[in-house]
Formats: sequence, structure tokens, C-alpha cells
Amino acid sequence: MSEAGPPRRGVPPVFLERQSYRRRRVIDAARVLPLIGLMLWLIPLLWREDGAAAVRSSSAIVYLFGVWAFLVLGAVILSTRLAAQGRDGGEGEAGGGEAP
Amino acid sequence: MSKRVMLIEDEPNIIEAISFILSREGLAVETHSDGTTANEKLRACRPDLLILDVMLPGKSGYDILRELREDTATAELPVLMLTARGQSRDREMAERAGVSAFMTKPFSNAEMLETVRALVAGGA
Amino acid sequence: MTMLNTLVAVCSAYALFLFAVAFGAERAALRGQATWLRSPMVYTLSLSIYCTAWTFYGAVGSAVRTGFEYLTIYLGPSLVLMGWWWILRKLVRIGRSQRITSVADLISSRYGKSNLLAVGVTILAVVGTTPYIALQLQSVTLSFEVFGVGDIATGEEKGHTALWVAAGLALFTVIFGTRNLDANERHNGVVMAIAVEAVVKLAALLAVGIFVVWGLSGGISGALEKIDGSPLGQWQIDGGRWAGLMMLSAAAFLCLPRIFQVLVVENDNETHLRTASWAFPLYLGLMSLFVVPIAVVGLEMLPEGSNPDLFVLTVPLSQGHDGLAVLSFLGGFSSATSMVIVAAIALSTMVSNHVVMPLWLRFAGGGAKVSGDVRHVVLLARRLSIIGVVMLGYLYYRLSGGGAALASIGLVSFAGVAQVLPAMLGGIFWRGASRLGALTGLTLGFGCWGYTLFLPSFGAGVFLPESWVTGGPFGIFWLRPQALFGIEGMDPLLHAVFWSLVLNTGGFVLASLASFPAPLERLQGAQFVNVFEHSTGPRSWTGKVAQAEDLMVMAQRILGARDAQLLFEREAQRQGKHGMLPEPTPDFLETLERELAGSVGAATAHAMVGQIVGGMSVSVEDLMAVADETAQMMEYSARLEAQSQELARTAAQLREANTKLTRLSVQKDAFLSQISHELRTPMTSIRAFSEILRDSTGLSPAEQSKYASIIHDEAIRLTRLLDDLLDLSVLENGQVSLNLREGLLSDVLDRAVAAAAADEHGARLRIARDAVAEQVWLNTDLDRLSQVFINLVANTRKYCDAAMPELEIRVCASDRLTIDFVDNGSGISPEAQDVIFEKFSRVSDQKAGGAGLGLAICRQIMRRLGGDISYLPGQGGAAFRVVLPADIAVAAQ
Repeated sequence: MSEAGPPRRGVPPVFLERQSYRRRRVIDAARVLPLIGLMLWLIPLLWREDGAAAVRSSSAIVYLFGVWAFLVLGAVILSTRLAAQGRDGGEGEAGGGEAP
Repeated sequence: MSKRVMLIEDEPNIIEAISFILSREGLAVETHSDGTTANEKLRACRPDLLILDVMLPGKSGYDILRELREDTATAELPVLMLTARGQSRDREMAERAGVSAFMTKPFSNAEMLETVRALVAGGA
Repeated sequence: MTMLNTLVAVCSAYALFLFAVAFGAERAALRGQATWLRSPMVYTLSLSIYCTAWTFYGAVGSAVRTGFEYLTIYLGPSLVLMGWWWILRKLVRIGRSQRITSVADLISSRYGKSNLLAVGVTILAVVGTTPYIALQLQSVTLSFEVFGVGDIATGEEKGHTALWVAAGLALFTVIFGTRNLDANERHNGVVMAIAVEAVVKLAALLAVGIFVVWGLSGGISGALEKIDGSPLGQWQIDGGRWAGLMMLSAAAFLCLPRIFQVLVVENDNETHLRTASWAFPLYLGLMSLFVVPIAVVGLEMLPEGSNPDLFVLTVPLSQGHDGLAVLSFLGGFSSATSMVIVAAIALSTMVSNHVVMPLWLRFAGGGAKVSGDVRHVVLLARRLSIIGVVMLGYLYYRLSGGGAALASIGLVSFAGVAQVLPAMLGGIFWRGASRLGALTGLTLGFGCWGYTLFLPSFGAGVFLPESWVTGGPFGIFWLRPQALFGIEGMDPLLHAVFWSLVLNTGGFVLASLASFPAPLERLQGAQFVNVFEHSTGPRSWTGKVAQAEDLMVMAQRILGARDAQLLFEREAQRQGKHGMLPEPTPDFLETLERELAGSVGAATAHAMVGQIVGGMSVSVEDLMAVADETAQMMEYSARLEAQSQELARTAAQLREANTKLTRLSVQKDAFLSQISHELRTPMTSIRAFSEILRDSTGLSPAEQSKYASIIHDEAIRLTRLLDDLLDLSVLENGQVSLNLREGLLSDVLDRAVAAAAADEHGARLRIARDAVAEQVWLNTDLDRLSQVFINLVANTRKYCDAAMPELEIRVCASDRLTIDFVDNGSGISPEAQDVIFEKFSRVSDQKAGGAGLGLAICRQIMRRLGGDISYLPGQGGAAFRVVLPADIAVAAQ
């Protein structure tokens, strides 16, 4: 059901190719984003906890919420791009997006 | 000596009609109505013409005809066949069995006489 | 006391406001103005029920106690949302396409609609959620106490507060949570109220935070300095708990019944997830942003020993900002109420669908036949379940005494519901996951969780004997609940989470590998795992034009682009619309389905159209897909196969029809040939003698008369033949109408014998009858019956070959009426017995004047009369038995 859709009228295939390629890369990024977030949020495990070199809480707050803001920003960008391409690309949400 | 005609037919009224027509023509008519004994009767009787019905009790007219054609004594006997089943298939079967003439019931008396005359004359 | 009164007034006003919001939203939805109700933002805000009172108040307390660890509870769900493309997208799609109503429904549905699993998950959910509801009630009660109520309130009054709150929540939930029977229809009012509450609690927390940072700490830098100088100044976390709690909260976020309710069940549009993927992490970030500053300021300003769980309230109060405190109170109140409401809806759906309804259906005598009846029962079950769930939470609160045991219940509950995770993720990603696996995993995980975490959480000696905790059950040392397999020194929570999930996952995988799933399980497995191939995209639900477009896409694939476009264009013109896409009216759908059926068969066409137009159901393709692992290939070849099978079936039907026709044609030929013979024979005599009479001269008067009478007889024979043929044809076609009358059998026989004798000109037939037995009243078509008798008597006259022909007529009335006609002739040979009732078969080859239709007609007549006629062998002579059914033989009068 999901493949071999009919050619869309009036859309040059070259652009379709490029669009669906871009779309897949955006999806890849959306998949990677939480992994990056997990990694960044696990970094505090490496911090030193004792002595004078211990990380101060203010830095920790800045770091953790900085990562948070960065991730939210990333998610905003990815979601708007996905939305835009979902509208233009039309097909592909259902089946095309699944293929790597 | 008058020619002898043998009639093998099972309908009594038809026997009566044919007998009447042929005897008026001066032919001697012998009748027989049983298929199984027809061939023996024929050998004994040696007629000049055989009028044979197809649907007979005991044995079909085709079988009687085939048998008498195999018998040298009767191989040349003229045979007029009568049938009430007017299909072309019946005519073909009769011809293959070696019939001399073939008539479909009901027939006209004149036609019947003419055929009998021709067959009796040809066979003589 | 004035403060308390204000608080009660504010609280009541807020509750009324929420009722109004929910009511307004329901009304708007009814009027079809639901678009703004269903915006991605409302969806995101509704997810905020994740933040309960436990997090609203407890986060600060947790920060005071364990530093930054509180953050993990927010980090996990943020990651889950940001990774929506991995899991949530699939979960939501499955939920929509399978019309999932709850977590229990998801698990049960995935594993072959097993109710056992559903009940198991329901129990797990109730056990995991009840303490959580109790916790909410406790926090509301505690927050009341903060405003000075606590000093005067006895335990009894505390209970009253909690009871009032519980009753109010139950009322709200019953009113707005059970409006629609279909759990898949969204609870517009509830969702809207929750979204409002989400705004209130965020605003409250932000307000307190801003007040603390800018009002009390002198801005951001001041606040940061303050933090560094506080007891929380140094980064100190337990690494294991940091990572472990992050994972646990992520897992719990997926499995919590209330989250599942808003995330999947209440989801209106898949694209909302896209927005929530950044908006919800943002929300969580804002919720947690000011926790540490509030904690630090609280520690600094409030007296030693103050409850840090209430800093959010007590800090503004201590500064005399009563308004801010009330706002903060409302935030906490919102957190608590929204959690209880949604949890009650989610749990009540599970309890009523998987526990109450199955029981009711079993005990209500084989289920309900009237649909309205069931609707009523379902609603009632759901309402009672809601009240039950809320009251259970209240009871738990009262029984546990609202002590410190409750404080830790949040994470304990998380760990409990997380046990669903392996079965859930396995179910949507692994087709090999089986019911037995899910059952095994859940049982092991749930058992382990209960043993190592839940029961010990009440404290040693409450449910588990103290000796078990220190020395293991029955002295088995390595089974100590908090040091399984001798692993000591682990954090008890992590220990429990680790072992329960390890055992759970291990059991799930091993049992899945070892078992073979039932067909329904395999079907559901394929549908869940390959949900994106088995369901249409989100556009299908968004509007009618998109639907028509989807139909067009599908039709083009099947009919070919040109034909499909023509079809659609024609329909659009018929509907008076411009362009290519007609409205998907029922008529058009029917037409389209028929067109498609021509290519792919009716069932498939129906399934395909249904798939696009209305909801999701098991389609033929799905059934085909499950037949093989390589679903796509199989689907295609199966379709081809179906077509070729249909061809073969058609060919077979044609062959059959052909042989039937041939057989009929042979029969017809024989019949026509017979008729021809029977007609020509008398005609031959008639023609010959009429020509003789016409042409021959000199016939004697006797001859003339004889020949004329032959003609006459043969003409009569011909007429009789035609009569018989007509009679038979009428009888065979069933066009005969029976003329039912009452009469005596003896009279019918008298008439028949007389009629048969009238025909007779042969030897006299002696007929033996039994006058007494014949005194039977009949209610049937007497004329037809008499026709049969005449035929039989006439046959005997014609064919009985005895020297002194005799016919005996025996009548015997038992459960049916039999009339036997037995003569003393030589009878009929066994071969002939088979065919005498066929048309044109004569009993003997002797000339008899009949066309051989008599017995065939007799048999037809008797069948019409509901009886039969058959040959009776072994009677010496020929014997026929006429059978009449008992009901036409009426008792002698």
C-alpha cells in the first residue's frame, strides 16, 4: 500500500527527490536529538564532586538549563521544518518516512 | 407369381393400413411384429422386399438390418425402412446399416406405393 | 480564620470556574467550534498532568534533601517527547488506528485481545495509582494547614478536607469524564479544564520563582550567588540515581495511565505531537527552573525544621505576600486536582472495560441484546468506577494516616507502572512478542516490584516481617527484599527498579521466544509493529477533501490513473463541483467500492474504502499480511492468487453449467425424439386410413366403418397423449393448483375403478377390496388422487398377464395412509422397476396404447399431494404402493 504511489501532477521529479531526501535527513536529526540530549545530561556524572575543584551549583544550573534551552530550540527547528516539508512533500508521512 | 413383401411393424393399425395398400397393388404381404425373431422369419420366408420399422419390441430395426446384410442369403434384399423419429441422425444410421430406401412416418400412401414398386422392380 | 475563609471562597470560586470552563468547552465542541479547543497548545498543556502536587510541592523538598536529583523526573519525559519520532509517534498512531482506550487496552489488544492481560495491567495500574491519588489529597490537606487551619484542625477535620476535595473531584470527573461512552471520543471539557490548570500551576510556580529571584535575591546573579553559598552550593549527586531516575521517569511517562490517557487516547491529531515535542520540554523546564532558588531561599529564610515540601507556600507567606501564597496554593490545588481527574478517568475506563463489563456480561445472563441497555450499563460502570477509584485514594490516605510513607510513594508508583514498559515497547517494535511473554514479564516484574519496593515502602513489619527484611524470607538470605541475590549496598529504589525490570524483560523475551502466538496475536502484532504501513496518514482524519484525495490515490493505484480520474471527475460534475475531487458521499463510496471490487474483489474493496473513510478495522490485507512475515510480498501475491482462484472458480462453474446443459440437452433430445415417435405413430395410421378412405374405391361398408373407427381411436390416442404431456408439464413446473376437498377413500376408489372399467374392452378384471379399511376420510385433491388410482387400475388391466387377472387393493392407515395395488401377474423385472416412473417408459414392450407417461404423472401428482408412489417388490405380481401423509387422512366421522 505504501509504495509505488502515482506520480503527482505538475511536480518535477527532481525536486521531489531532493525534497524527500531533505525530509529524511530532518527525520534523522529528530531521531538523534534525544540521544544528544541524553548524552549532554549524563555529562554531570563526570563532574568532580569533592574538594575545591568541585563544580559549583550555579554552573550546574546554567549548564543543565542551557542544554535544556538548546534542546528545545533544536526541537522547535526540527518540528517546524518537518511541518513545512510535510505540507509540501505531501506523501511520505505514512510510508516514505519509515525507510532510512 | 406375385412378389412377396414382408412387413415388420408393431403397430397393428399401421400393419393393417400397409397391408391394405400393398395387397391392392397385388403384392403378397406377410407381417411380423417381433424384433427378436425377425431374422429367422426372414430366412424362412425369403421375401422380395422388406418393410422394416425402426422401433420394434425386442430388437431395433437397425440391428435386424445389419444382421441380414451380413447373411449372404439376404445381403441383396431391398429394404424400406420406416421411422417415427424424424431426425436426420436416424436416416444416417439407416444408410450406414445398408438401407435401400427410408421413409418417415406419417407417409402418403402414394409415395409408399411408388417406393415399393421401384424397389420390387429393381430387385427382380 | 479569615484567611481560611478567603481560601475556601477562592477554592470554591476556582472550582466553579473550572466547571464553567469544562462546560463551555463541551458546549463549544457541540457547536462544532472545537478547533481552538483542539490546538496543539491545549494538547501540550494537557500533558502537564505529569506535574502533580508531588512535583509542584515536592520538587523543592526534594531539592532541599537531595540537591539536583529532582531534575531527573523532568529530564526523562523531556527526552521522551523530544524523541517522539521513535516511540510516541508510533504509540499515538496505534492508539488511533486500533481505537485504544487505555494502557491495559493497548497491552491486551496487542497480545490477542487477552482479557487476562488487561485485568493484570488494570490491577497494576490501580495498585500503582491509588497511593498517588492519596498523595494528592494529602498535599491539598497539607496546603490548607499551612494557612493556619492546621493549628486548630483535628485529624477528623483533616479528613473532612480531603473528603470534600475527593467528593468534588469525583463529581467533576463523573460529570465531564463520562459524557461520551466511546472512550475514543475526546473529553473536551476535561482536557480544556486541565489545560487551564496547567497554565495556573505554571504561572503560580513562575510567580513564586520570580518573586524569590528578583524580589528576595536581587536578580539572577544574586540568586546564583545565594545558591553557591547555600548547603546546595556544591554539585553532589548519586550518579546511579541520576541516570536511573532519568530512565525511570522516562519509562513511567510512557506507562502512566493518566499520561497515556491524554497523550494517546485524547490525542486529536498526530501532528500535535510535533508541537508538543518542543513545547512540553519547555514547559517542564520552566516548571523546574526556579525550584533550586526557592529551596535555597526557603532554607535561608524559614526557621529550622520547616517542611521543605511546603516552601512554595511558606516562603511567600513568610514575606506577607498572601496573594502570591494563594496563587501558589491554587497552583498546587490545580496540580492535585488535574492529576486525580485524569487518573480517575483512565483507571475507570480500565476497570469498567476490563473488570466490570466482562463480569456484568457474564452474570447478566448471556449479555445484553438491546444496545441502549449496554450503553447505560457501561456509563454506570464507568461512573461507579470513577467514584470507586477516587474513594479508594481517599481510603488509602485515611488508612496510611497521611504520614511520611506517602512522600516516597511517587517514585515507588513510577517503578510500578514502569513494569508495563517491556510489554509495551516489545509489543510495538517486536512482532515476536507473545501473550505468554507479556504475561510472564508482567507477573515477574510486578511481583518483584511488590516484594522489593512496594511492600517494604510501608516500613519493615507492616506487610513484610522485619525478619524477612534483615534475614530473608524463611531465612533464605539471598532473597532479602532489598538485597536480592546478595547484592547489597544498592539504593533500594534502584535495586528494585533494576531487578524488577531485568526479571520482567528477561521473562518477557524468553517466554516470547519459547511460545507460539495465536493467530489473532500474530495479526495484532503485525498491525502494531507495522502500523505505518497498515494505516493511513494523519490527513485522513483532518477533512473531507483529504479523504477524497486519499480515495483518489488508492483508486488510481487499482484502476489506473486515467480511469480513476475519469470516475472522480464524472462524480464531481454530478455533484456540481468544480475540479477533480467529489464529496465522499455514501453513494459515491458505493460506486467506488463497486469499481474497485471489479479489480480486487468485493471484500478487499470494502476493507480498503473502509480503511480510508471510516476508522480502522481489520482489513483483508491485514489478514493476508499476517500470513507471512514478508507482508508486502505476500500481500501482492495473495491478491494475485485470489484473482486466479476466482478465475478458476468461475471456470469450474462454467464447466459445471456446461455439463449440466449438455446433460439437459441430451435429455431434451431423447424426450423430443420420444414425443416425435409417440405423435407420429398414431398420425401414421390416421393419415394412411384417411387416404385409403379418400382414394380407394369399392370399399365395403364394413371396411369403411372399421377404418373410420381406427382413425377415431388413433385421434383419441393422440389427444390423450397431448393431455398427458400438458398435465405432466404443469405438474413438473409446479403450476398446478390443488383443489382440496374432503371425501371418503372408498368413494375415490369406487370412481377410479368405474372409470378404468369404462375404458375396458378386454378380459374382466376382478378387483378385491376391503370395504372397512377404506372408510377413511381424506382432505386432499380428490380428483388428482383418483387420477392416480385410475392409472394404476388401468395399468393392471393392460399389463396383467395372468389368465384370471386379479387386483387386490389393500388399505392400511397407521402413522400414514398406504394404499397398495397388487395384481397376480408376473410383475415387473428389477431392472424395469427403476425406470417405470420415468417418462415414456412402458411396463412392457407389448403394445399397450399408452405413451408411457402414466406413472410419471402419478409420481408427480403424489409428490404434489405430499405423498409418494413407489413400486412394491416381492408381492408375487406387480404391486404399487401409494403413500399419503397422515395429515390428509382425517379421522373417520
